Amino acid sequence: MTVAVASIARLEQVTKTYYMGSEKLDALGGIDIDILEGEYVAIMGPSGCGKSTLLNILGCLDRPTSGHYILGDVDVSQMEDDSLSEVRGSKLGFIFQSYNLIQQLTVIENIEVPLYYQGIAGEASRDIAVEMAKRVGLGDRLDHKPFELSGGQQQRVGIARSLVNDPIVLLADEPTGNLDSRSGAEILDLFNELHGQGKTILMVTHDDDICNQSQRVIRLRDGLVESDIRNG
Amino acid sequence: MDNRVLATKNVNPFTPARLRRTIILGFKSLWLHRLRSLLTVLGIVFGVCSVIAMLAVGEGASYEAQEQIRRLGSNNIILHSVKPPDTDSNSTEQTYVIEYGLTYKDLERIRGTIPGVTVVVPNRIMRKRIWRATYRADADIVGTVPWFPEMKKLRLAEGRFFSDLESYEKTNVCVLSASLAPKLFPLKKPIGQKVRVGSNYYQVIGVIDVETGRPGSSDEGSRLDRLYIPLTTARARFGEILRKRSSGSFENEKVQLHEAIVQVHNQQEVEEIALIIEGILQRHHKKRDFELEVPLELLRSAEATARTFNILLGSIAAISLLVGGIGIMNIMLASVTERTREIGIRRALGAKRRDIITQFLIETVLLSATGGALGVIIGIMIPIGIGAMTDMKTIVTPEGPILAFSISAVVGIIFGIYPAIRAANMDPVEALRHE
Ligand SMILES: Nc1ncnc2c1ncn2[C@@H]1O[C@H](COP(=O)(O)OP(=O)(O)OP(=O)(O)O)[C@@H](O)[C@H]1O
Ligand SMILES: [Mg+2]
Repeated sequence: MTVAVASIARLEQVTKTYYMGSEKLDALGGIDIDILEGEYVAIMGPSGCGKSTLLNILGCLDRPTSGHYILGDVDVSQMEDDSLSEVRGSKLGFIFQSYNLIQQLTVIENIEVPLYYQGIAGEASRDIAVEMAKRVGLGDRLDHKPFELSGGQQQRVGIARSLVNDPIVLLADEPTGNLDSRSGAEILDLFNELHGQGKTILMVTHDDDICNQSQRVIRLRDGLVESDIRNG
Repeated sequence: MDNRVLATKNVNPFTPARLRRTIILGFKSLWLHRLRSLLTVLGIVFGVCSVIAMLAVGEGASYEAQEQIRRLGSNNIILHSVKPPDTDSNSTEQTYVIEYGLTYKDLERIRGTIPGVTVVVPNRIMRKRIWRATYRADADIVGTVPWFPEMKKLRLAEGRFFSDLESYEKTNVCVLSASLAPKLFPLKKPIGQKVRVGSNYYQVIGVIDVETGRPGSSDEGSRLDRLYIPLTTARARFGEILRKRSSGSFENEKVQLHEAIVQVHNQQEVEEIALIIEGILQRHHKKRDFELEVPLELLRSAEATARTFNILLGSIAAISLLVGGIGIMNIMLASVTERTREIGIRRALGAKRRDIITQFLIETVLLSATGGALGVIIGIMIPIGIGAMTDMKTIVTPEGPILAFSISAVVGIIFGIYPAIRAANMDPVEALRHE
């Protein structure tokens, strides 16, 4: 890794403090991370160490208490709500442990949701969504409802949905956490494929196998970076 | 990359395509909980349909009342003779004659002293039995003047009313009321035929179109059996003294005129002139043996009643729609809580606060507008049903349904705002964590 690759997401001394009544809890205590374009990063660590908190900040769902987050070239750390929504919708793709599909919508409608908020509707929207569904191997399930699909299939819908706006970073919080090992492996294959196509992926995981597949592993402990290792 | 790329793109949520999608989405969510949605909008349905139905009934009733009053003439003052209450009617003395009521002199005084009065219609009314061959009927014989139909706004179904000449010559001609004609002439055409009262024959020259009675009197709305003859003829044939059978004994009454209609030229002066006439009559009558009826006053009070009724309706409508709106708000708040996760997902996928507000607001408006539409349909059917099953008149004016429907939509907006804002103000992270 000697080639100069552009930084795509950079955290500078990011902290996150929760106040519960008078009690103060430092979920993140000064994190410096620089994610490069095209990297496949696994974020690991024991439960409660702040992985999800970190991912939420990286995903612009939450703002850091202090420090800076530069996404692309822009400091998004103290952006107002509407701008953050815009960033999430146009630059980021989310994949959740519990899939988070909207139950009353069909597969294709679920995939179309992010497009809708970008002002893309009608034929254009449907075409993109169908293409994404095919890309994750669900071309024949377009009009099914989420509850008619297996966990692995639901997670594929989730991935298709995250790709639909062509995001610069994919964020996944334990995407295989609810899956058996076989469908989990299939999902990981899909991530590898996406990585091969040049996507930047940030994935929270407990699974050591995943961390072997990824290029880089960041380990957290008590809200701090314990280690940040690039595998060959 | 520069700031502009990440700056808020203003995606207008109200473009037709997006709005259509939001509406379809709204219907889908409501359809998902059909029963709940239906129960939720019942308040609005009942509110709207009761408003429309009651407005239609009220409108019909006040239309009928006003129509009746208008038929009496809003420029008219109607004078009646009434038997003074303290008259000893139990007197068994046969020669005793009760004298009361309006006199020809009264009318002359009115005509002579009040300049704004144009026409005076004096009437004498007597209850008699009328014969035609073997057919007979009891009817009021009305002695009147040739311009009576014009004053009373009566039309003739056939024939004509008697002329000045016939009146002057005390001719024995008569005009039948609409209800009397078939009783005496069930098979024949009455015009040109003769009817008998006592020992006198009268030639029928006309039949009055449907006539309604005086509102407020006991015969209101019924079609009166009446026989119109010239006043001059009536005086000549029946004299001034009338014999009446009352509770077994005979009673003699001397009444010159039973009724008189005074037409006032300028409507603004009607009430004032009524007072003047009352003053004149009071000065010349020892007893209170007359009565004034001012249709304009009746019209005014009917209008006031209609206004009160509308205010009452408005309050009922407001209360029921308020209750309906609270019901909707309650359900939408529950729905927001229930769909916290969905809200979190949408926010994570790029929805702005206003997108969430729009979504929930449209859903609430759809809910209340659907209720409003149902209410309008039922509300229009109810008056039609009432009209078909009873002889009550109902009028559905377009204002009723339009008003009720728009109010229901407004209720949706007002009571949808709070739940929608609650939904939009949820923290995305919290919302996503919600079970
Ligand atoms: N909204 C919140 N309010 C208060 N404390 C919070 C909140 N969210 C997270 N925390 C605390 O911050 C710390 C980090 O939580 P986080 O969810 O990031 O852990 P995690 O590493 O994702 O754990 P797991 O592996 O179990 O998902 C925890 O101690 C948690 O209790
Ligand atoms: Mg977590």
